[in-house]
Amino acid sequence: MKIPACRLADLPRGEAFRLDIDPPVSVFHTDDGEFFAIDDTCTHQDASLADGWLEGCEVECPLHASKFDLRTGAVDAPPAKRPVRTHEVVVEDGVIHVRLSTDAPDLPPCVASRLAGGSA
Amino acid sequence: MRTVAVVGASLAGLSAARSLRKRGYDGRLVVVGEEFHRPYDRPPLSKEFLAGALGEADLALEAHDEDLGAQWLLGVRATGLDRTRRALRLADGREVRVDGLVIATGAAARRLPGADGLAGVHVLRTLDDARALRDELARGGRLVVIGGGFVGAEVASTARALGLDVTVVEAAPTPLSGPLGAAMGGVVSGLHADHGVRLLCGVGVKGLSGERHVDAVVLEDGRGIPADTVVVGVGARPCVEWLEGSGIELDNGVKCGADGRTGLAGVVAVGDCANWYDPRARAHRRVEHWTGARERPDAAVATLLAGGAVTPGVPRPPYFWSDQYGVRIQFAGHAAGADSVTVEEGAVDDRDVLAVYRRAGDPVAVLGMNQARSFTRWRKQLAAATS
Repeated sequence: MKIPACRLADLPRGEAFRLDIDPPVSVFHTDDGEFFAIDDTCTHQDASLADGWLEGCEVECPLHASKFDLRTGAVDAPPAKRPVRTHEVVVEDGVIHVRLSTDAPDLPPCVASRLAGGSA
Repeated sequence: MRTVAVVGASLAGLSAARSLRKRGYDGRLVVVGEEFHRPYDRPPLSKEFLAGALGEADLALEAHDEDLGAQWLLGVRATGLDRTRRALRLADGREVRVDGLVIATGAAARRLPGADGLAGVHVLRTLDDARALRDELARGGRLVVIGGGFVGAEVASTARALGLDVTVVEAAPTPLSGPLGAAMGGVVSGLHADHGVRLLCGVGVKGLSGERHVDAVVLEDGRGIPADTVVVGVGARPCVEWLEGSGIELDNGVKCGADGRTGLAGVVAVGDCANWYDPRARAHRRVEHWTGARERPDAAVATLLAGGAVTPGVPRPPYFWSDQYGVRIQFAGHAAGADSVTVEEGAVDDRDVLAVYRRAGDPVAVLGMNQARSFTRWRKQLAAATS
C-alpha cells in the first residue's frame, strides 16, 4: 500500500515526519539529502524515533542510546535488541509517499499488547 | 594482551566486553559477576518490572544469539587485586591472572542504619531487590518511600498506580535539587501531589519502628508515619572496597582520567564505580547514569587496548531520563553552576516543560518533561557547544 506522507517542501534535511497510522511510520530526510522510512516506534520502549537524534544514516532513540540504521532497520546496541521495519519511499509530484512493508512490525511489548487488545 | 578480565556483569561490564571484541581483541575474556544473573537492564526495575508489565526475560541485555566468546564467572565476587602478580582474587579462592582489567563493579544501595532484620524494608538496586519489592507491593497497603530522588520517585509513581497509599519523605527542602536545581526540582517533584502522593520535605528520618515487621517511619521531629512497606532510596556508594591495598587510587570510587584510565597500567574503570575526570567541569565526577555506563566503556577499552596511547574524545554531556506518573523526564548537562533557568516551551503548571539552564548566557543543561523532540534538539546543541 502506497500512502502520501507530506510535501517534499515541508521536510527539510535533518528532519523527520511522522505518519500517524497504527503503528506509526516516520520518513527521515538525511543531511545528505536521502529519504528513508522506518517504523517510528523504538523496539525497546514506546518512544518516537522521529523525535530522535539523526546523524548520517542512523537515528538514535530519543530516550535511550540504541541507534537504528535507516537503510536496514538494524539496531546497534541495547536496550533495543530487535530491528525496526523499513519501508520504501517514493517521491512523486513533489509529494513524499511511503510504500508500506508487508512484514510484521517489531514493536515493544507495551505497544504490541495495546495493538493486539485494540485499546489503550 | 592474552587475558582481559571485566569485573562486573551489568551494563558497563557488558558494554566493555562488547567493545573489546568490536575493537578486535581476540584473547581470553573473563567476565566476573557477583550476581548469578546474566546482564540485565535496571531502569525498568522501578517501573515496568515493578508494575508487572515486563518480565525477567524482557530485562536481558544480551541478544539471544549473542556470543562474546567470554568465560562467565557468575555468582562470585572479586575480593582483591595483586598488582605485582597481576592476579585477580575471587571470593571462592580462585585466581585469574590478567594482562588487562576493566573495573565495573558498580554501586550498592545505601541502607538505613538499624533497619536490618526488620521485614517490610526494602532497597531497590538489583533484580532480586525488585522481585521482593514487587511481591510486597502486590499486597497493597501503605508505602513510605525514604528519599525523593529519582529511584524513590519512580517507586512512588509505580506504587500509586498499583493503588497503594504512598508517602515520600525527603530530608532536603526540595527533592531533586542536586541534579535539577531547586526551581526545577520543585516542578518535577510537584508530580507527587498532582497524583495524590504525600510529600514531606525538609525533615530527616530518625528510624523505623516495629517488632519483626516495620510498622512506621519515625521522623526527626517525632512524627510517626504508619507503613506496611518502606523503600529506602537514599543513594548508592561505589563498590570499590575490594580494591583497597591494590595500589589503585580510590576517591569517591576509582579515580580515573578522562578516558577511564587508572594510575595502574592496563587497568581502567567504568560505570557507577568510576570517578572520571570531566574536562568540561575540570573536576572528577562520578556519573551514575545508564547512558554513561553504556557509552563510556568504549573509550576506556580503546585506552586499554592502545596501552594509553590514544587521546580520548570528549564524551557527550551526561544524560538521564526518568518516567514518573506517565510523564517522561529527560535531562542533559550539569545543572550545578547555572546562573539562570528559563522555560522555553510549555508551562510549569502543565508539567509540560522544556527548560534551559545557562551560565553567563551559555546553555549548560536542558530539562524536558514530555518534550522529547525539542529536548533532542537542545541536547544536540549542548553537545556541539561543549565538544
